[in-house]
Amino acid sequence: MDGRKTPLYDEHVKLGGKIVNYAGWLLPVQYEGLIPEHEAVRNKAGLFDVSHMGAVKVSGKEAEKFLDYLLTNDISKMADEQVIYTFMCYPDGGVVDDLLTYKFGENEYFLVINAANVEKDYDWIVEQQKGFDVTTANESDETSILALQGPEAVNILQKLVDIDLSQIKAFYLKRDVKVAGVNCMISRTGYTGEDGFEIYVDNEGVHKIWAELMTVGEDFGLKPTGLGCRDTLRFEATLPLYGQEISDKISPLEGGLKFFVKLKKESDFIGKEALVKANDEGLKRKMVGFEMVGRGIPRDGYEIQKDGKVIGHVTTGYMSPTLKKSIGNALLEAGETEIGNEIDIIIRNKPAKAVVRDRKFLANR
Amino acid sequence: MKVEKDLLYTNDHEWVKVEGEFAYVGIADYAQHSLGDIVYVELPEVDDEFEKEEAFSAVESVKAAADVFMPVGGKVVELNEELIDEPALLNTDPYGNWMVKIELANKEELDELMNSEDYEKFLAEEE
Repeated sequence: MDGRKTPLYDEHVKLGGKIVNYAGWLLPVQYEGLIPEHEAVRNKAGLFDVSHMGAVKVSGKEAEKFLDYLLTNDISKMADEQVIYTFMCYPDGGVVDDLLTYKFGENEYFLVINAANVEKDYDWIVEQQKGFDVTTANESDETSILALQGPEAVNILQKLVDIDLSQIKAFYLKRDVKVAGVNCMISRTGYTGEDGFEIYVDNEGVHKIWAELMTVGEDFGLKPTGLGCRDTLRFEATLPLYGQEISDKISPLEGGLKFFVKLKKESDFIGKEALVKANDEGLKRKMVGFEMVGRGIPRDGYEIQKDGKVIGHVTTGYMSPTLKKSIGNALLEAGETEIGNEIDIIIRNKPAKAVVRDRKFLANR
Repeated sequence: MKVEKDLLYTNDHEWVKVEGEFAYVGIADYAQHSLGDIVYVELPEVDDEFEKEEAFSAVESVKAAADVFMPVGGKVVELNEELIDEPALLNTDPYGNWMVKIELANKEELDELMNSEDYEKFLAEEE
């Protein structure tokens, strides 16, 4: 199989990882199995190699001003060492990418972007930075990233650091933390809906950290976890995936993510005019959750009908490992989004009954 | 990968067990293994007729859905309905759990399938 390897590739193979090509990278979709790995993260802890993700450093006198123009969330309100989720939009309100923005300090930021979009994003950023006093650097190749996720994540990591991790709140970061003696940046973030940390380190140091976490984690029920459960976990936690819940054709407002688009922030931003207009006029499509009534598993891209008329499509669907039910997200015409609305998911050319529900999939687990 | 003698196989990894004018159809060990934990099985209806190589069923893991194709043409006469409530049976014992029993439309089509020895060679090349 062709593709790029992260520094930990041989580790994944040794652990029995089933390797797939994801966004040009050879990564494990699962080791032991998707379901036990999913459950490990919900109940104990899982360790993901997410070194395929991209990283862009933004620095300079006008870094804040530039990022407030580039991104939809309000960068001017960020505290030092804070992390926020935001979008980078096109002028028409479509999404270039969704990302995390890390504020290291005044004039110094770090953007974490999707693997599949690194080149596109960096080209876009460089194009937009003209006229701003900023420097950008694509550090994707030099940055390895581990995601330690699950209720036991904090207890595992605490064994390997000499700082008190309870001092790092959710969506905050700390630089120059020694993890097993290796210099890292860590943040209390993740993509699973559980507590956890993401660890940023160079391509050499990542080996030691992976090995030490796996060893220390044994007593806590830590499992190596693959891309398969990464997607089911993020889906159950209502976290969007670029290309499915949001894309160049699905705006963050349509994706139900208005909270991260500060339409009233002081500065202008790319896409503001189009998004304000769409918001004022009322959205034509909206993201909803649904639950199957009939048999079948909904999958992304499946068509949705009401009385034989197409009203939207499935953006993500699964037999949820936590709920043991077939559920999904759907982008539907605005008139069809009421909770309780009966809809048909077209599975292999046949309609299967489903009903619109809220997206708080994990609320009553 | 386990291969059972006395069965016939397709290169899509379905198996056939012939009994007179009838045949049982299921998925091979290789198929269940590459799919992973099976969480859903969709079966056709009794009396549905399928041509050789037509999709008659689907098996799904959490991650993916896969069609299952008819190794030979025929009419469905019986379903293994146990699979609807316990799809994982296809993981634990793929050769012990047939999916459908069919009445063969044309027995000559069986000649185009692989016996277990040919199938083992085919698997070796697939690896």
